[in-house]
Amino acid sequence: MPSRDGPAVVEVDDLVKRYPRTDTNAVDGLSFTVAPGEIFGLFGPNGAGKSTTVGILTTRLRATGGRAVVCGVDVGRDPAAARAHLAVVPQHNNLDRALTPRQNLVYHATYHGVRRREAHARAAELLDRFGLTERADRRIEAYSGGMAQRLMIARALTHEPAVLFLDEPTNALDPQTRLLIWGQLRQLRERGVAIVLTTHAMNEAARVVDRVGIVDHGRLLTLDTPTALVRGLAGDALLDLTVTPAGGDDPDALCAALGELPGVRKAERVATPTVPAGGRPGGGAAGLAGVGAGGAGMLAALAAGGGRPGAGRLAALAGAGLLGRGGGAAGNGGRGRLRIRLHLAGDPATLLGPAVTVLTARSAAVNAVDVGEPSLEDVFIELTGRQPR
Amino acid sequence: MTALDTPTPLRPTATPPSRPGTGRVFAAVLRRDLMVTGRELWVILVQVGLTPLFMLFVFDTVLGSQGLVGRGFADVFLPGIIALAALTTALQSVALPLVKEFGFTMEIEDRLMAPLPTGYVAIGKLVIATIRGLLAAVLIYPLGALMVGSAPWRPAGLPLAFVVALLGAWIGGAIGMSLATTLPVQRINVTFSVILTPIIWTGCIHYPWPRLSSVPWYQVVTALNPMTYVSEGVRGALLPGVPHLPAWVCLTVLTGVAVVLTWVSVRCFTRRAIQ
Repeated sequence: MPSRDGPAVVEVDDLVKRYPRTDTNAVDGLSFTVAPGEIFGLFGPNGAGKSTTVGILTTRLRATGGRAVVCGVDVGRDPAAARAHLAVVPQHNNLDRALTPRQNLVYHATYHGVRRREAHARAAELLDRFGLTERADRRIEAYSGGMAQRLMIARALTHEPAVLFLDEPTNALDPQTRLLIWGQLRQLRERGVAIVLTTHAMNEAARVVDRVGIVDHGRLLTLDTPTALVRGLAGDALLDLTVTPAGGDDPDALCAALGELPGVRKAERVATPTVPAGGRPGGGAAGLAGVGAGGAGMLAALAAGGGRPGAGRLAALAGAGLLGRGGGAAGNGGRGRLRIRLHLAGDPATLLGPAVTVLTARSAAVNAVDVGEPSLEDVFIELTGRQPR
Repeated sequence: MTALDTPTPLRPTATPPSRPGTGRVFAAVLRRDLMVTGRELWVILVQVGLTPLFMLFVFDTVLGSQGLVGRGFADVFLPGIIALAALTTALQSVALPLVKEFGFTMEIEDRLMAPLPTGYVAIGKLVIATIRGLLAAVLIYPLGALMVGSAPWRPAGLPLAFVVALLGAWIGGAIGMSLATTLPVQRINVTFSVILTPIIWTGCIHYPWPRLSSVPWYQVVTALNPMTYVSEGVRGALLPGVPHLPAWVCLTVLTGVAVVLTWVSVRCFTRRAIQ
């Protein structure tokens, strides 16, 4: 494992957890370590065992077997001592409603032995860092979800933990708050704080995490840096085609026809986005994400309604990052559309021409083209499957 | 608010903090509950006052004016009311917040994550419940006296009455904590009624225990209720002339029950906190 500065601060060794009255292990022989100043992402589908793992590491759950150590303290043997080194930011709002936001920070610090004068000073500094000073003495109930999340992270930092556990830290937050939180996490890493986070916003988290462990059914499926994980995935590139098949054409047959093109490792149907989604890193369509549905939709409509433009023009549009990902304004309003993902072994630009030729031959309209590289989320889907849990 | 990605001058790299002393952390957790209790004093007053004062009013003032209840009844009843206030206030003041804190808000997590053995957080809850119960007992004494116009007054008996009320409050807190940490939230209301009602009506609040010899089976039933020993203890301390259970019996039983229920309630709390 990549050692940053000194010995691991989190050590999980063959950890097992079986809940009473169940037949399977929620955590089934999990092992990993986290170094000081490392951001470690623990990803997995719902019910994969990541929350249970974090629950054990944070002393709220008792392990059935194996060992979990935080800062050299076995969490099972001496939970109270382990708690002095760690902090948790849960997914749900567990702020103390009987206290004001400022008091939440001050009291939390005193629970960890910080003297009141120092606790007040730390609270003031953290409220400022998280942009909450002006609302520090109001009622917690008046806080929005984003403010509560910021306050919970600030609270976790008042006793200066060596390890910070975050469960879905940016879930359902606006972009500004997400940006603030990721920025703060980077700063903490600079200070040597180890961070263990679980999230479903993987592509966003991929930009901050140093290493990722993907778990499913309580087992570790893979553990590596995001770059290495993405590089290891089957294809080198992806080509997403949003098309409207000709009436009577079988979508599966269309998908299969594209899959037979030379250079295509795999062709699959994926969900058609209803609004232009955020682009994947390095994707050709990323340029329009967030600008507005109108622009992307108009270009998509142009491409679709322009009498099936030639491959050259489409490739140029895609290459310049001008095509939206299935904008909503095209001809039939999105009905009957199909999104086909081609996993490619080589350069997507060379395959665009043949793909459009196949589509033209079958009288299918091309609505949008999206060129990209596999993301962490693709790695995740590849490993854990498409089936919802 | 500082810029998002600008490294701000923070404290030097986090060094693993040493574990603070248990006493200090315990005091900090207790301080939070004391602060909240202080702020909710009027809530306690209402919580405490209404039922016992209504009982006193109906049994003494209303029924007394109709000649249905004898003149001395208020004197026998008031010590029972003081005992009732101590036990039930403690029970309610720990149970209701705990149901909420362990239930949907999970507010207690922050204190459970303090570097303190979880049992101490539970003990802290019992201490606060006892303080609230005692506060209720102390408040109800003059309030009840004002309501009925007189009260037994025996300064020599006050220390014993205080100790008995304290044990009663502690027991009430332990019962409340055991219930709140073991019962499913949806059943908590009905359980309160099922538990509280017999505690009140078989607890010798209205009558001295020795006089129940006329209904022996009921005397046995009341002897199984710890409330009986709280009522009898307070009554014996304030009204030595009225037949009552000896103080040593009350203190022994209450101490034993308190020890057992402390163990049970702390265990229930810990099992709920760490699964």
